[in-house]
Amino acid sequence: MIEVKDLNKSFGAKQILKGISATFEAGKCNLIIGASGSGKTVLMKSIVGLIPVNSGHIIYNHDTDFINIDDAGRKELRKQIGMLFQGSALFDSMSVEKNVIFPLNMFTNMTYKEKMHRVNECLERVNLKDVNKLLPNELSGGMKKRVGIARAIVMNPKYLFCDEPNSGLDPQTSIVIDKLIKDITDDYKITTIVNTHDMNSVMEIGDYVLFLYKGEKYWEGHRDDIMNATNQQLNDFIFAGKFFREIKEQNTKRLSDEKNK
Amino acid sequence: MSQYINTCILLPNHHFTTSSNHSVAFFNHFGRYVLLLRSLFVRPEKTSIYWKEIARQMVEIGVGSVGIVVIVSCFLGAVVTVQTAYQLTTPLISKSIIGSIAANSIILELAPTVTVLILAGKIGSKIASELGTMRISEQIDALEIMGVHSSAYLVLPKILASTLMIPLLVIISAFLSIYAGMWVGEFTGVVSKEDFMTGAIQYWIPFMASFALIKATTFGFIISSVSSYFGYYTEGGALEVGKSATRAVVVCCVLILLFDYILAQLLL
Repeated sequence: MIEVKDLNKSFGAKQILKGISATFEAGKCNLIIGASGSGKTVLMKSIVGLIPVNSGHIIYNHDTDFINIDDAGRKELRKQIGMLFQGSALFDSMSVEKNVIFPLNMFTNMTYKEKMHRVNECLERVNLKDVNKLLPNELSGGMKKRVGIARAIVMNPKYLFCDEPNSGLDPQTSIVIDKLIKDITDDYKITTIVNTHDMNSVMEIGDYVLFLYKGEKYWEGHRDDIMNATNQQLNDFIFAGKFFREIKEQNTKRLSDEKNK
Repeated sequence: MSQYINTCILLPNHHFTTSSNHSVAFFNHFGRYVLLLRSLFVRPEKTSIYWKEIARQMVEIGVGSVGIVVIVSCFLGAVVTVQTAYQLTTPLISKSIIGSIAANSIILELAPTVTVLILAGKIGSKIASELGTMRISEQIDALEIMGVHSSAYLVLPKILASTLMIPLLVIISAFLSIYAGMWVGEFTGVVSKEDFMTGAIQYWIPFMASFALIKATTFGFIISSVSSYFGYYTEGGALEVGKSATRAVVVCCVLILLFDYILAQLLL
């Protein structure tokens, strides 16, 4: 579980995060949604310590405050974190296999055979086969994301962070990636936090949804509650497209009819 | 904590617009450069991985630069011999002086400085653009998230490899330049091989070799550390990677010339 308490972050005079507080539960897909520039990525990078915050607390597993932790503690905690970056962030010069094996080489004393077994296990888990020797530039966008996920889970992390996992992917591949993230979260009971503005992802995997608007928390809840949310900014964001607007109207009409009966 | 601060501090592509801020910019860059160097002194996550990375960098920086060093050195030696001969037209001066002047110029200046200036372009731009691309494509962030000390893992092997390999390249360069000069002198008829070598040996001072190696080691450190600094703190996109690489090469060249003078003043 990760708790964020009263998090503030400014770049110069511009305040990006304004007193954000949220609780990301273990074993659930926690989604951070919001328009471009709302502070999603800054919030996620603050939680993993890539961006220093001005004030607030980030508490991992009830007792470890990531803000006031020393270097050694930070490194130890980071070994429990896996992250899928927006552009996958695979090491260009390394093959798929070497990308995935890298954390094992760096932090474990496993034999080569054990490491390869784990690498192949993770690649199979993300439905990738016979790609071990390929370089990242020989992979499609969806395959890169899956290799990124394989690398993120190879150390059995407790926390998985995904920064816009569907960006640049077609709808079909996006669904595959969403399902994969959801399955991994359920199987390994990890705390997953996903940054997205893809509404399909919200509706498919959002166990807990945090909506940011101009750096502030405007709404939080389960994906099922979104349909009935009264928050104007959330509705403007979610139902910006005709498809979702029609669903919303149908839903409102259905509820109204049920109430009248 | 220092690594955390180091990762998050202001990046070098920030612009300082007014002239009064130039000195602030200089100290800002210098301070962050020192912080980067300080952050390299940490216990490696796994020593064997670091050794492999150092070996890989030694091959890339050293072996990868042999070709350009061979070409540059041969022409340097040839040109310095022909030009020295052109200036010494009087029959009162022995022909062997050509060999002496050529060899001394090569060992004192041309091999350790001119060759290294060429290497600054090749190695400096490679290091800065490699690290810059890793920064903007979030590969450095990925290392940090894994718990790897990114600056130590990426920068330290480059500095060690460069500081070890550039003196070796300078030795190769000096030998090749002298041999090229000797053969060009023979072929063009301006000085015979025997006269050239007689002059080169007659006025040989052993300290010149030490001086050349001190210079090469210093320049090797400058090239790798300065280029790493500009690459590691790149901020923005592809355009900024190019700017970082250009800045790295320009600053390296200026620092090499500055330290060339300082070392000459101090040691000769």
